[in-house]
Formats: sequence, C-alpha cells, structure tokens
Amino acid sequence: MKIPYYPGCTLKAQGLGFETSAIASAKAVDIEMMELQRWNCCGTVFSLASDDLMHYIAPIRNFIRVQEAGYDKVVTLCSMCYNTMKRANLLVKNDSEKLKTLNDFMYREEDYKGNVEIVHLLELLRDEIGFETISKKVIRKFNELKVAPYYGCMLTRPKEVGIDDWEEPQIMENLITALGAEVVDDPMRGECCGAYHTVNSKDLVAERTRMIVTSAKNRGADIIVLSCPLCEFNLGTRQKDTIEIYSDFSGIPVLYFTQLMALALGMGKEVCRFDLHYVDPRPLLIEKGIIEEGEEKNAR
Amino acid sequence: MYLKLSVKNTESDFVKKIEEISGENLMKCNQCGKCSAGCPSVSRMESLPNQVIRRVQLGDESVLEDDTIWLCASCFTCAVRCPKGVDLSKVMEALRLLTLRKNVNYTQIEKIPRDELEVLPPIALVSNFRKMTS
Ligand code: SF4
Ligand code: SF4
Repeated sequence: MKIPYYPGCTLKAQGLGFETSAIASAKAVDIEMMELQRWNCCGTVFSLASDDLMHYIAPIRNFIRVQEAGYDKVVTLCSMCYNTMKRANLLVKNDSEKLKTLNDFMYREEDYKGNVEIVHLLELLRDEIGFETISKKVIRKFNELKVAPYYGCMLTRPKEVGIDDWEEPQIMENLITALGAEVVDDPMRGECCGAYHTVNSKDLVAERTRMIVTSAKNRGADIIVLSCPLCEFNLGTRQKDTIEIYSDFSGIPVLYFTQLMALALGMGKEVCRFDLHYVDPRPLLIEKGIIEEGEEKNAR
Repeated sequence: MYLKLSVKNTESDFVKKIEEISGENLMKCNQCGKCSAGCPSVSRMESLPNQVIRRVQLGDESVLEDDTIWLCASCFTCAVRCPKGVDLSKVMEALRLLTLRKNVNYTQIEKIPRDELEVLPPIALVSNFRKMTS
C-alpha cells in the first residue's frame, strides 16, 4: 500500500534514525510511505482551551496537504504529532462551526473537508499488515533479547485518540513478540517521562527517568523501545543528567520500535543511526550476537 | 492558609472564566483524589491536583501563584482516570492561560543555557514554549 507520511520536526533532527528505520522496515512489509509535500510543524501539543482556535491551524493545514495530494489517510510516527493531529482532526470533524472559522482564516488554501484520517504506523502494522505476516519476514535472530515497551502518554491517552487500551495496551508487546524478541512486562510503560519539563526542570525529568528506566531494568530488560522522540530524549539522553543526580543509577539503551523492526528484518545497519543515541546500543547488540563485530562500524 | 468560604466566591468571575476556558464543570469533582494518586509531578507540587480543583471551586485565586499548575505535564493520566469524567488537564491549562494571557512567560527563554539549546530537540522546545510562554 501507498500512504502519505507526516514526519514532524524532530524526525528530521535528533530522531532521524526513527524515520530512516521506519521507512525501510515499512517498505519491507509492503507499505510505501511517501513524505507529504510542504508539511509544517503540528505544534507538538494540542491546545486544551476551548477558545484557542489559532493553535489548530498548524495541524489542520497538514490535513489540507493530504487532501491536495488526493489521499484520505496519512501515517505518522512521532507519538506527539499523532496525538496533536488526531485531536485537532476530531475536534473539527465534530464541530463544523470551528472548521468553518479555520477554513475562513486560511482563505488562500482549499477548504479542509474533514475527511482525512490520521493513523500511527503501529496501527497500520497491526490492522493492515498483521503481526503474523510481519513475523514471517523476520530474518535476524534476537537471541533472547529482552525488550521493555514504553508507551508514555500520547499513544494511549486520552481515550478518544488512543491506539490501544489506555491502561493495558498490547500493540507494542505483540509487535515485539512477532519480531522474535522477548517482552518484558513493565508497569511503568504508561508513566509520563516529564515531557517538555526537560527544558526548565531537568531534575524532574531525571526523577522520572530513574524510576522508569530502573523499573524496566530490574525486570530484566536489555533495552527499552518507544515511539516518541521526546520520550527518547528524556529516557535516553537525560540518563547522563540522571547519573549526575543519582549516583546509583545505571541505564540501558533506548531505541525506537522501528529500529528493532529494521534489525529483525535484516537491514539494521544502514538505516538505524545508532550513533544518534546517547546510550550506544551496539556493544549490547554485539554481545548478544545480534550484529557482528565490525558490522557496527558501517552502522554509522 | 486562611480562606474565607462564601457562595459568592464560588460564583465569581474567576470560577466562570476557568469553566469557560476549560469547558469543564468544576462542580462534578467530588474530591476522590484519584487524579493526585496517578499524577507524575505530584512529588513536587505545593498543592495536589485534587486540591487545585477544590480551590478553584471555592474561588481561591491564589491557586494561580502555586507552582502546581506549571508542574503539570499534560500527561492526561488524571483525565482518563477521573471517575466523574472531569478533565483536569484542561483545568490546569485554563489556569496557566490566565497568567500567560497577561503576556507573562513562565519559561524564561533567555535563561536556557547555550549548551542545553544545542542538545534539546525541537519537540522539547516547541512544546515547552507552547505551554509556558505567551
Ligand atoms: S479524580 Fe476527578 S473527581 Fe476525583 S478528585 Fe480528581 S478531578 Fe475530582
Ligand atoms: S495532566 Fe497534569 S495534573 Fe493531570 S496527571 Fe498529568 S501532570 Fe498531573
């Protein structure tokens, strides 16, 4: 299947490996993700005020781009983009007056008709491709690699936009199992990482990172996989700050679920960009016999 | 803390404004405390999330000076768990907006250290500025 793809800002910067591994592994299971033309930042957070239409322009304009391209569906990867765009879309679908005001404001654009649907790649993999089909394409063995899925907030909350049950999600667990790795059952998988407080309260984030990463580690996880570049920054890069505050803390690598998928489908090294992660997963992957010594040099 | 209770305060402009911006009926809250039990920022909050909503119900405007509303991470845990269907994340946003709409910023952009600006991803900066600057 062919589908327009909305990247969002961070997937063109620190989260580049999320994008490259997603496009490559989606292709391997017959999803062709085509980057949307002239997309703009979605605003990253959905405005929670009833009188703040201005902040819905950014996400709605992206839906106009999808409409212009002649599609009625768009896929995204970043959990925050997914949440913001899905909520804005729901809002205008249920409120024709607000939609009209937004359309009038963007009078140079064609009117958004409210017929585009936004989906997360995980949903496409579950609903359109099927985890069983994916598992048949697995080439690389994970040799009992233990993986803790981390959902954070934006994939499952609030209820009307969640891609799975908000207290007991299974979608990432099922994907990890299909890819041949072992799932670690972790009660902290839906806890908030501290989100944008990382800008002015590093210590608040360090407290969250310590709790969430330690929980996964204590349950035997070798790595954590997730779907949000802000969570990746807080649980991954901020491990450095966490150690500075809590000397007893020691971390584990934090990857995107698409990097695990790319590895499983046999093509990790060119597309994973492990070099962009603060905690380098390559020594662990070599130790587990998942990638070979020397292979990691090309893995950039 | 001294707070004079009066019916007049519960119907004040402040209460009306918060209900209007948030779109939530504050009186639905019966103070069960479930929002506070699951809130990720609670260890640092001066008032617990359920205390915030109680103070707003009573028309106590001093809640705006509390750090609590700025420590909320908009994680929606309270929103999905509230047995009365109150979306407290929207109430927190409305409270922040009362300050932000006076052109007062919580995040002092000029105080973010240069080395931090070099590592922080766009998603962190944009979301922070959207939530905590006017
Ligand atoms: S969970 Fe709901 S009803 Fe209970 S204290 Fe919080 S806002 Fe009030
Ligand atoms: S949305 Fe805010 S108040 Fe509610 S649980 Fe999350 S951080 Fe706490």
